[in-house]
Amino acid sequence: MGYFNKILIANRGEIARRIIRTCNRLGIQTVAVYSDADKDAPYVKEATESVNIGENQAKKSYLNIDKIIAAAKETNAEAIHPGYGFLSENPALVERCETENIVFIGPTAEVMKLMSSKLESRIQMSEAGIPVVPGSEKRLESVEQALTVADSLGFPLMLKASAGGGGIGMKLIQTEEELTKNFSSVKQQSQQFFGDDAVFLEKWISNPRHIEVQVAGDTHGNMVHLYERECSVQRRHQKVIEESPSPFLSEKQRGELVNAALTGAKHLGYTNVGTMEFIFDGEANFYFLEMNTRLQVEHPVTEEITGVDLVEWQLRIAANERLPLRQEEITKQGHAIECRVYAEDPVTYFPSPGTIETLKLVEDGARFEFGVVERTVVSPFYDPMIGKVIVHSEDRKTAIHKMKEVLAQMEISGIKTNISLLENIMSQKPFELGDYTTNFLQELADTIQIK
Amino acid sequence: MSQSKVVSPIPGVFYRKPSPEEDVYVNEGDTVSAGQVIGLVEVMKSYFEIKAEDDGVIESFAIEHEDSIDAGQEIAIINAK
Repeated sequence: MGYFNKILIANRGEIARRIIRTCNRLGIQTVAVYSDADKDAPYVKEATESVNIGENQAKKSYLNIDKIIAAAKETNAEAIHPGYGFLSENPALVERCETENIVFIGPTAEVMKLMSSKLESRIQMSEAGIPVVPGSEKRLESVEQALTVADSLGFPLMLKASAGGGGIGMKLIQTEEELTKNFSSVKQQSQQFFGDDAVFLEKWISNPRHIEVQVAGDTHGNMVHLYERECSVQRRHQKVIEESPSPFLSEKQRGELVNAALTGAKHLGYTNVGTMEFIFDGEANFYFLEMNTRLQVEHPVTEEITGVDLVEWQLRIAANERLPLRQEEITKQGHAIECRVYAEDPVTYFPSPGTIETLKLVEDGARFEFGVVERTVVSPFYDPMIGKVIVHSEDRKTAIHKMKEVLAQMEISGIKTNISLLENIMSQKPFELGDYTTNFLQELADTIQIK
Repeated sequence: MSQSKVVSPIPGVFYRKPSPEEDVYVNEGDTVSAGQVIGLVEVMKSYFEIKAEDDGVIESFAIEHEDSIDAGQEIAIINAK
């Protein structure tokens, strides 16, 4: 029984395949869109039908709202699933869907707008009574204003672009001189990359952990959480490994964290699956960081421990159905770990596009979410992530052991990948002990020569 | 006077400007010094600076702003001093 007859997937790679899989199970037809570079990609063949939306560069294809809408109209798709990245957090697509009478599988444009501004989301969450990182409550217009705020907060500070993301538009500030020096450049960079020059200051939290909570809300006012994900293993503010549950939280802390996430999501009247991201300091105080109003790359670890299909939930919510489970029916079992496989040098992180010659993924109980097969060309135009490996076991120790075995059996040739780095991380004592922060990869790079 | 070619070490998208609103790094006819940035190549959401290898004058660009580029493809010709 499907919730829609046909949906269009405004994305590519592994997430397009992932969405197609759920749609196939539910009897929903799918429309894939593809750029010239992706014409032979596996997801294009796996969809019920496909539409070419133009040139290789994302802004001429996957980021072009007119082309996405035209493809949906041409194929009579009733709804659009945006995946992650690209247009997934762009309220202009949501508004356009409304005018064109197409269902957007995601939240309302209004909520999306609020959450896409880091400043606005701070204000909203403070209103809801959730702790936010101490910082400026308004956009900073001048260096003088920034210096006054810095004076009251104390150094070190983070100067941030309100519209920033992916580590762009962030600068660690230690002194007044550094603030004066960097103020206009961060403002400029924000305008350049995000078309909005609003910047603000936040207290710098050293050795933080990044833990996020998966939430889901329907259009009938029901809201649930699906536990947390620990995402502290990062390179250049990009996640590499995620796990659930977090090895860091006690049951009491977990309870406080998920309650804060629920309170925030309820305050917004949020409708879709979504993620409330939090930062933990060394004393285990947590603060709201930002909310992602879409399906996330790391959603499989939540699916593995809860048994829920989050794509199915997104479809149900968008079709105005009620959430299929009540809070007390959502339980977590065992431990799940996800490793992101990037087409890049494992040491320098330098991208490595090319043609995949061999791709050996030995099933062995692991879940593989890959956008590529043998002979797929990994093009230079999009994200370097080519896939994800997810394992689920009865406990964390067994999960790490299983992940090591799976990684050791994996074989990818033709391009460089970070598999050796992933194997290395799995063998590190701090990782094994669950004792790591967002500085972990930097510390590893400083001390160990990766083979 | 010898000529030197600037080639891209990587495939991606070539940019002559640091951002859409700003001016090009260098114009044809401009004098450049070794190590000076003359363009950017975007590869998998990372940006790679393309630098002049010699002191000289930009003779011509072989590729347009925002065009796709392959590894080894010529970007510009410099008339070296």
